[in-house]
Amino acid sequence: MAMTATSETTASPAADRRAAAHAFIAAQGRWRWPEAVFWLVAASTLVIFPHSLVLASQVLIAGLFALSLDLILGLGGIVSLGHAAFFGLGAYTAGLLAVHGWREPLTGLLAAGAVAGIVGFATSFIVVRLKGIALLMVTMGVALLLHEVAQKAHVITGGDDGLQGISMAPVLGLFSFDLYGRTAFVYTLVVVFLCFLVARRLYTSPFGLALKGMRENTRRLPAIGGSVRRHSALIYTIAAVIAGIAGGLLAQTTEFVSVEVLGFQRSAEVLIMLVLGGAGLLYGGFVGAAVFLVVRDLLASTNPEYWFFWLGLMLVLVVLFARNGLLGGAKALLGKWRRT
Amino acid sequence: MLLSLANILFNGVAYGMLLFLIAVGLSVTMGLMGFANLAHGAFAMLGGYVTATLMAKAGWPFLATLPAAFVLVAAVSLLLERTLYRRLYRAGELDQVLLTIGVVFMAVAGATYVWGPSQAPIRVPSYLTGTVAIGPFDWGVYRLFLIAMGAIVTVALIVGLERTRFGAMIRAAVDNPRMATGLGINVDRVFSITFMLGSGLAGLGGALGVNLIGLDPSFPIKYMVYFLIVVAVGGLGSIKGSLIAALVLGVCDVAGKYYLPDTGAFIIYGIMVSLLLWRPLGLFGRR
Repeated sequence: MAMTATSETTASPAADRRAAAHAFIAAQGRWRWPEAVFWLVAASTLVIFPHSLVLASQVLIAGLFALSLDLILGLGGIVSLGHAAFFGLGAYTAGLLAVHGWREPLTGLLAAGAVAGIVGFATSFIVVRLKGIALLMVTMGVALLLHEVAQKAHVITGGDDGLQGISMAPVLGLFSFDLYGRTAFVYTLVVVFLCFLVARRLYTSPFGLALKGMRENTRRLPAIGGSVRRHSALIYTIAAVIAGIAGGLLAQTTEFVSVEVLGFQRSAEVLIMLVLGGAGLLYGGFVGAAVFLVVRDLLASTNPEYWFFWLGLMLVLVVLFARNGLLGGAKALLGKWRRT
Repeated sequence: MLLSLANILFNGVAYGMLLFLIAVGLSVTMGLMGFANLAHGAFAMLGGYVTATLMAKAGWPFLATLPAAFVLVAAVSLLLERTLYRRLYRAGELDQVLLTIGVVFMAVAGATYVWGPSQAPIRVPSYLTGTVAIGPFDWGVYRLFLIAMGAIVTVALIVGLERTRFGAMIRAAVDNPRMATGLGINVDRVFSITFMLGSGLAGLGGALGVNLIGLDPSFPIKYMVYFLIVVAVGGLGSIKGSLIAALVLGVCDVAGKYYLPDTGAFIIYGIMVSLLLWRPLGLFGRR
């Protein structure tokens, strides 16, 4: 009797607090207009730049890959130098399925995410135990191991020549992949947007909040009854699934998998894209990927050899002067402008 | 069978000594100063190019270029440390990793610009080539030279750290920086000099390595993993650990290429990952 009485009185402090918490979580998840602008711009590429759709698809895929890294770095605070492991696993899964007759894209993509997720789950137990240099070396080591396997298993993966002979069936049996990359772009956009919704939900959920708390103060989470390792392992696995889907998208839309999908360079590049855009900001990966790939595209046509130099310089400048990346810098500027 | 085994062991030890020479400086920066420096290989590459250029353009004898490689690389590293690295001593390892990857990329592009993308040619003097017969085996003279250099550096490092005043200052600064400062040791300067010495050794190693593993602008990326493995497996800041890890890595690499050429570097990465799972701080890691 007494129980029902307290829950019915809205004036009780516990209920008030709960309502405030719900309101806070809901406010976190509210959509803001720049987000709508971002996705509208992405979609309008189809009309505005019909000749750059291949590049646009690459940006979206790289952005999704960077978003998956953002989940473990920006939310979980885990620094990984081998995130390409999951991207590559997804790419090879989707590619191998297609080569061996399973040409349906959507289920292929799910399989890519599943395989990457299983390996992510298995390695997550290792990863959450380590920190510092050992963590860097082990994440890098796992990716290097897979890279070696892919390179040496020539019969299965094509080794250094890459996996050839992928051809996809039409999406949903209706839209076949065309020469101009229109279907590939729309397919990529839709898949990336769906994955983004999942990641966004994670960011704004109580689980995401717990992770942010853990990143800021590792001792506090256990103090309020959460497990650091379990939270870290879970987000690591989810990030692996999303990275696998990104890899699968690349294999399906380019109809080719090179052994480089597992390479150290890819792991380093995705880290660079994310930091360039701004880690922990949800859209940083996309912004970074867009800037990175568009600048590379422009520079590669003039002097490809020295693209590395500008990339290196960009990194040094970001680390020294813009810790929160382009997006973080823009946000800070906007905040300043609003206050004055 | 015995012959090939001895041969592999000998080649592996020589290769390991080279890895040790280059990586020991990295062990110092990562272990003592807590700085994750992925650009260490760039210092080794610079040392290699100093030697190759001095020999080809200025006609210096090979042995005379080695001290030059050491000094020049040490000077360049001091410049970088003062301008870039020291700003991030207290930052997280992510920032350090990113900054040094940036330095690597710039070094690769810079080397391509100055020295071209192809292998740097080098001709070591005739008294360092060929083989000598001792006992039942033929020993490569250059590899013997490398092993001797490695041994000299090891002894010098151990004596320097344990028996000299400056060595005592380094150990004090690492063990307890605040206390060391209180005793009047300029910790900042001690670290700078240590960093310089470590990078200089990388330069020396790079110069010695041109004849064995070659030199092109991708050197810092190609061998980065190997240097990191030596440091991580050996234990940060441990000279003994780095030496043992480098020798084991050298022998495993040569043996793996000889007996199991199909597995490539798989074994090495596998050993590294499992070792770090067993001992995250490396074989001889402290703290």
